Amino acid sequence: MAESRLPHPDLPPPASIIGPWGWMRRNLFSSPLNIALTALAAYLLWVAVPHLLNWTLFNATWSGDTRADCQANSGACWVFIRVHFEQFMYGFYPEAQRWRVNIAVLLLILGAAPLFIRTVPNPVKVKLGLSLLVVYPMVAFVLFKGGLFGLPNVETSRWGGLLLTLVIAGVGMAAALPLGVLLALGRRSKMPAIQTLCVTFIEFWRGVPLITVLFMSSVMLPLFLPEGMNFDKLLRALIGVTLFQAAYMAEVVRGGLQAIPKGQIEAAAALGLGYWKSMALIVLPQALKLVIPGIVNTFIALFKDTSLVLIIGLFDLMNTVHNATTNPDWLGFSTEGYVFAAAVYWLFCFSMSRYSQNLEKRLHTGHKR
Amino acid sequence: MNGLKTLATTAVLLLAAASAAHAGVTLDAIKKNGFIKCGVSDGLPGFSYADEKGNYSGIDVDVCRAIAAAVFGDATKVKFTPLTAKERLTALQSGEIDVLSRNTTWTSSRDSAQGMNFTGITYYDGQGFLVNKKLGVKSAKELDGATVCVQAGTTTELNLSDYFRANKMKLTPISYDKSDESAKSLEAGRCDVLTSDQSQLYAQRIKLAKPDDYIVLPEVISKEPLGPVVRHGDDDWFDIVKWTLFVMVNAEEMGINSKNVEEMKKSTNPDVKRMLGVEGDRGKDFGLANDWMAVVIKQVGNYGEIFDRNVGAGSPLKIERGLNALWNQGGLQYTPPVR
Repeated sequence: MAESRLPHPDLPPPASIIGPWGWMRRNLFSSPLNIALTALAAYLLWVAVPHLLNWTLFNATWSGDTRADCQANSGACWVFIRVHFEQFMYGFYPEAQRWRVNIAVLLLILGAAPLFIRTVPNPVKVKLGLSLLVVYPMVAFVLFKGGLFGLPNVETSRWGGLLLTLVIAGVGMAAALPLGVLLALGRRSKMPAIQTLCVTFIEFWRGVPLITVLFMSSVMLPLFLPEGMNFDKLLRALIGVTLFQAAYMAEVVRGGLQAIPKGQIEAAAALGLGYWKSMALIVLPQALKLVIPGIVNTFIALFKDTSLVLIIGLFDLMNTVHNATTNPDWLGFSTEGYVFAAAVYWLFCFSMSRYSQNLEKRLHTGHKR
Repeated sequence: MNGLKTLATTAVLLLAAASAAHAGVTLDAIKKNGFIKCGVSDGLPGFSYADEKGNYSGIDVDVCRAIAAAVFGDATKVKFTPLTAKERLTALQSGEIDVLSRNTTWTSSRDSAQGMNFTGITYYDGQGFLVNKKLGVKSAKELDGATVCVQAGTTTELNLSDYFRANKMKLTPISYDKSDESAKSLEAGRCDVLTSDQSQLYAQRIKLAKPDDYIVLPEVISKEPLGPVVRHGDDDWFDIVKWTLFVMVNAEEMGINSKNVEEMKKSTNPDVKRMLGVEGDRGKDFGLANDWMAVVIKQVGNYGEIFDRNVGAGSPLKIERGLNALWNQGGLQYTPPVR
């Protein structure tokens, strides 16, 4: 008479280790130190968050047109941003001509969108990418500057706001990467003349602060040029930013080049590839892929560094915000202005960072741990 | 080393050549360009501000407009270049601008060593104090032991410590980099007093949440005469800029403004007739149209009008005339006559 013993069905795990309570026990209250840190963090949030929410949301002013509308509430005055929004975007670009900027941005979005779609075949992407790098800047320049095809001329001194920030960042990125690759290759070259030239260039531009470069370009350069010969201020800043960033980019790319084993170059040589072909087809694709984080890091730094042009009197996003805070009719809203500027910078930098992570994932070929 | 020396010498020679070429030719160059290149501040309430359409306004801006009205008979023929405090003097030296009208203090070193010529005084400024009414202080002499917010690295900071030392008072300064920061810390109570140029104190006061709780003390502890600047070496141009300013002050003194200038042309007063170009050749003496002074007044206004609409009662700043009133009304604005 065998009594069959059936195992008791599994009990659900105790309430203390599952669900939100369990998560909290494991992550927030697992040790005395963690308990103390959690309590401290909670206290700080308790102190800061209500003020922050009150200021940004509950006590903020959203509607109205004048400074007086904001004075009834103790919170942020977002009306200030709304009133100046167009100025923050376009600077002093003539209102009647702003459609040109919009079209240029639209062209960029339409042109760049296929690059992000996976089903588009690669050769098409390469052609599109190259034309974005070479043809698009010319189209955008004609659109912005005018003076051709019956478009009225808009002086670069009137470009401003986010538009100017994007122009400087865009030109800086598009020009600094190829220049940086060439410099990195040059620095590893066996030809002494080229190597010395590249090393000197890189070490010089890396050795001076960007603010000095901009200042020199704006203050010293005009003194050395003959009277009446005045370079465009924006052009001077663009050249300065590009050369500066190219030096940084070169070192990032060189880091990638050093990570490629010698065997790769030898194998390329064994296949009968010359220097440029082995670089373009074998070494660079691997090297650049390795240093995507570094490249994007440099790009993000460049994007934020564009705000330095305010010291030479160019009205980028940051300086446009500063200018709006000196509007005699709108004094006292600098906090709102700078919070807005910070949000815009963050949005762009964060997008770049996410895109780079996405790119790394897609190009992942098992070379990473 | 030798190479460096050669480079430096070449640079100096080039500079000298550039400045020699300026003599007497500024006006010709301006007429060829068709506009005046005017350097202004990159944003200072009441003095220079560019609105969302890029239109400039402010005292410093109106001075440039007046010069354009004098030269071209059209106050709109100005190209404004916003300049930071650091680049303003080089911009003038290098010929990037023809006249600098950017709340620049007239000092001996700027007039001599730095190769500038100050053409007059558009605004008599001076350093003052902004305090919370709660302190119950009526005079700067009662500020012993006060914590004072001040902008770092400016003459303001030096004047402040000089003043406290001269009056044997104890001072705790807190330095800030930006005027916004110092306004915020006055509001938060981190300092009892905020010091800055008086013209700026009024703008600072508007920034506070409760402007009426704060007062500007009567004491002015430094001299900050602000005015337009031109390069050394071109006397014709110097005269035009200088007299544009003088004409506006004289017009206020004679009661001529932008609204009544046409009527005043019929006046029997010989002073008025000379100035408006109805009689004599005083306008032509400058190499300009004979009625340029009338055009300046008509298009831009007299000094009182400019002051009023930019920083005075007609503006959000509401600064009193004070030192900037006419000499016969208790102020310092006194100019030579047109004759």
